[in-house]
Amino acid sequence: MQQARRAPILKVQDLAIAYETRKGDVQAVRNVSFEIRRGETLGLVGESGCGKSTVAFGIVNFLGRNGRITNGRILFQGQDLVGRSEEDLRRLRGDRIAMVYQDPMQALNPSLRIGEQLAEVLVVHRGMNRKEAEERCIQMLHRVYMPDPASVMRRYPHQLSGGQQQRVVIAMALLNDPALLIMDEPTTALDVTVEAAVLDLVEELQKDFDTAILYISHNLGVIARVSDTVGVMYAGELVEWASVEDVFLRPHHPYTQGLMRCVPRLGMDKASSYLYPIKGRVPPPDNLPPGCVFEPRCPYARPDCSLSRPDLREVAPGHWARCLFAEEVARLAWAPPEEVPVRMAAAHPAAADEKPLLRVRDARTYYEVPSRRLGERKQLVKAVDGVSLEVKRGQTLGIVGESGCGKTTLVKTIVGMEKATGGEFEFMGVDISVPVSKRSMEIIRNLQMVFQNPDSTLNPSFSVGQQIAWPLRRFRNIPRKDVRREVVRLLEMMKLGERYYDRLPRQLSGGEKQRVGIARAIAGLPAMVLCDEPVSALDVSVQAAVLNLLLEIQAELGTTMVFIAHDLSVVRFFCDYIAVMYLGHVVESGPAEAIYAPPYHPYTEALLSAVPFPDPTVEQKSIRLSGSVPSALNPPSGCRFHTRCPRKLGEICERETPPWQDAGNGHRIFCHIPLEELRKVEAVVVVPKRNQ
Amino acid sequence: MTVAADLEKSYDAGKRKWRRAWDSLSIIFRSRVAVVGLSIVIFWILVAILAPVLAPHSPFAQDSAAINKPPTPTHPLGTDHLGRDILSRLIYGSRTILLLAPISVLCSVALGTLLGLIGGYYGGLIDEVVMRILDAIMAFPTILLYLIIISAIGPSAFNVVLAITFVGAPGIARLVRSLTLDIRVRDYVAAAKLRGDSGWRIMFVEILPNARGPLIIDAMLRVGYAIFAIGTLGFLGLGLPPPTPDWGGMINEARKYIWTNPLGVLWPAIAISSLVVGLNLFADGLREETTRYQ
Repeated sequence: MQQARRAPILKVQDLAIAYETRKGDVQAVRNVSFEIRRGETLGLVGESGCGKSTVAFGIVNFLGRNGRITNGRILFQGQDLVGRSEEDLRRLRGDRIAMVYQDPMQALNPSLRIGEQLAEVLVVHRGMNRKEAEERCIQMLHRVYMPDPASVMRRYPHQLSGGQQQRVVIAMALLNDPALLIMDEPTTALDVTVEAAVLDLVEELQKDFDTAILYISHNLGVIARVSDTVGVMYAGELVEWASVEDVFLRPHHPYTQGLMRCVPRLGMDKASSYLYPIKGRVPPPDNLPPGCVFEPRCPYARPDCSLSRPDLREVAPGHWARCLFAEEVARLAWAPPEEVPVRMAAAHPAAADEKPLLRVRDARTYYEVPSRRLGERKQLVKAVDGVSLEVKRGQTLGIVGESGCGKTTLVKTIVGMEKATGGEFEFMGVDISVPVSKRSMEIIRNLQMVFQNPDSTLNPSFSVGQQIAWPLRRFRNIPRKDVRREVVRLLEMMKLGERYYDRLPRQLSGGEKQRVGIARAIAGLPAMVLCDEPVSALDVSVQAAVLNLLLEIQAELGTTMVFIAHDLSVVRFFCDYIAVMYLGHVVESGPAEAIYAPPYHPYTEALLSAVPFPDPTVEQKSIRLSGSVPSALNPPSGCRFHTRCPRKLGEICERETPPWQDAGNGHRIFCHIPLEELRKVEAVVVVPKRNQ
Repeated sequence: MTVAADLEKSYDAGKRKWRRAWDSLSIIFRSRVAVVGLSIVIFWILVAILAPVLAPHSPFAQDSAAINKPPTPTHPLGTDHLGRDILSRLIYGSRTILLLAPISVLCSVALGTLLGLIGGYYGGLIDEVVMRILDAIMAFPTILLYLIIISAIGPSAFNVVLAITFVGAPGIARLVRSLTLDIRVRDYVAAAKLRGDSGWRIMFVEILPNARGPLIIDAMLRVGYAIFAIGTLGFLGLGLPPPTPDWGGMINEARKYIWTNPLGVLWPAIAISSLVVGLNLFADGLREETTRYQ
């Protein structure tokens, strides 16, 4: 770290924040110290509930009625912000600290035009006149690459896309030329291609404006991309703080190391590697272990660790870690736990000539949009428009694509929750183009689903046991007295055990809920399970455990899976075959390894170049898509991607539907560009060779 | 591993159910408002249960020596125009009202919930038809509706329950319908549909139990309204036929002598309002406490 270069803009010393709850005070944050210099980005990373947002809210004094700072100092440009009155704070802080949140709609007033909201900042804070202010705003919108800023000024927030809204919020934050910009998960709600563009913008603005940025995210890839220094938080404490290379390549804290082993890196697949989840779960803030907070989950834990709380100490120049044995931990070769599960791949090799379990041909699902005016013709949203897929028994098909590409609609149509408009759907040799109520029990039993949101996947009113028992009784002929035993067996398979039988969903963590959801789905021993983003709402350490669990189920039961996700590293790790969707079409499909190497469909190439990797040394091409995804109400003619395609050939792309080009081994690309051309494209991502 | 061990201990099989019950009960005691409300309600419930012990006279006994008299040692709250002891009638009157109000609310909750679930879950034409009929009922002023119903079917305890059920059901149906619309798009409902579960099972197992919180609080407020309604009907002479001790009826009878014996109106009025206020405080306190830390 280039220390001593300039005085820090923000210096946080020994900060502690507590929230008042029904059960008394809960310490959400303890002993957090860090500093940010001008022109520097500090990435604060950690899993949900580790206190990273609380730190941000503490800095701007937004802790709410029940939160308060109990200890420490927050020095902003040398002045302590703690314990000051509201009026003092306003004077000290002035307009020099700006904040950008996850949801841009929280920051924008839906009933005011963008122009009014932006200009107001300058009129109020700077006393500029309206006209001058508006000009300045247009410049700023231009600066954040907002297309057609003058017309955006006249629009209302809901008329902009999520990425554009976030740009407006960033522009608003920068209008006052803040010394410190706090960004709390600003890209979490955005699609990868939009996220990549926003991250580019953040990097660029930081250079140009020389602002200090506190960037908070749970996503290791994003943090690796934007940060100069990284702080890792765990259970309310800062456990490691160092430069981005040090944290990602030479982690000194066991927790940071554990995190790195949890995330699949691009190129990893289930045949050659394994994810190692961190055992146990984050201790609740009102019941922390007496010694090191990570001790109960630490693979290196020694008796000393549970005696006293270690301090954050400098273990190498500019590298701070909160571990008694940091130096040893960094050097020790980490040995995987003994119970390493068997390799999953090729457990159920599908014979080449075997009939597919699921076959979808020219699937179409349209939604009607009610006409707004009387006499207007009804419009159709073509959510899925001509998709053909096959999945063989025991295999996993991954479907990737950004929001609105139709992947969820496709899955819902397959399971019978949406009515198919056209096309053939065949499952186990039976036509399934009918809604679920008209399907036979046998088909219903064999086609089950795992949902995305752990908080809504379980019925909050019934115990875990009851919820698993019902599908068991419904689908399998189990005598009443044996049901409980079978439920317990399933729970054990999910690594939960009998003690979970009587618990209610609200007593479970996100990962545990998701496991129960999986148990419920496989209770009837289905031939196929469709997983709609099963891990995207989970923390990385939990995500690894759930992915491993799905792999084990697949190995044990031979379940065929369709796996929807937007995280390309996870899909690469988990799936045998992958289909990439864009605006209701499949644009590329084939074996997983083929999708991630040239030849690419131009859209796949752009997607890959946008994924943030948890490795600051990865070299990645920067391909940014212009514009936003066109409306499915009125999709572009010819190739649907032509409006944004960086490799557009010309008129042919607008006029004609592209051909399916076969690149061999089942790898197909839906594009006009000749295969030879596509093959010449360089790989998007290059991972430097390293001895690790 | 002390954390895990502690967790384990607290989940010890037998104690769990008690813990759960206690947890939900202890919410009440955290809110001062709810405790005050509950105390008033419990006071009246005790009065109703212990009526034969507490009442100094029979509610029907007429004392021809004391007609429309202010409080005396034998008649602590005075007597009415027939010389009956007001205190005793008040005490016995609590029995009728505390029996009729909850029963009528239960009936209207049952009917309203059924209609709301069906409308909300199935949607489409069924929903349109059900909700428009309920809208039509709600378009009438409630008091008018009570008058029409009771004058059509005649005043009796059963008919009062019937009228309150009929008038209360649309509001509950609207509440349940909106809760259903929210819950039916959750993933566990989707999972139930994917299992091929029947509509009835989905409505009563997946949806209704998760709508119970707001429904219970609404029902509690409605008990208060029902007490008002019974009082009003009694006052209009459409409630329970005399000589049943009925608070509303007592006010009506005492009204004619308000200049000579104003206390005869005051006591039953205080009784009605204290019970309604108690119920409302209880429901409000409970609602506030359940939503406070979310």
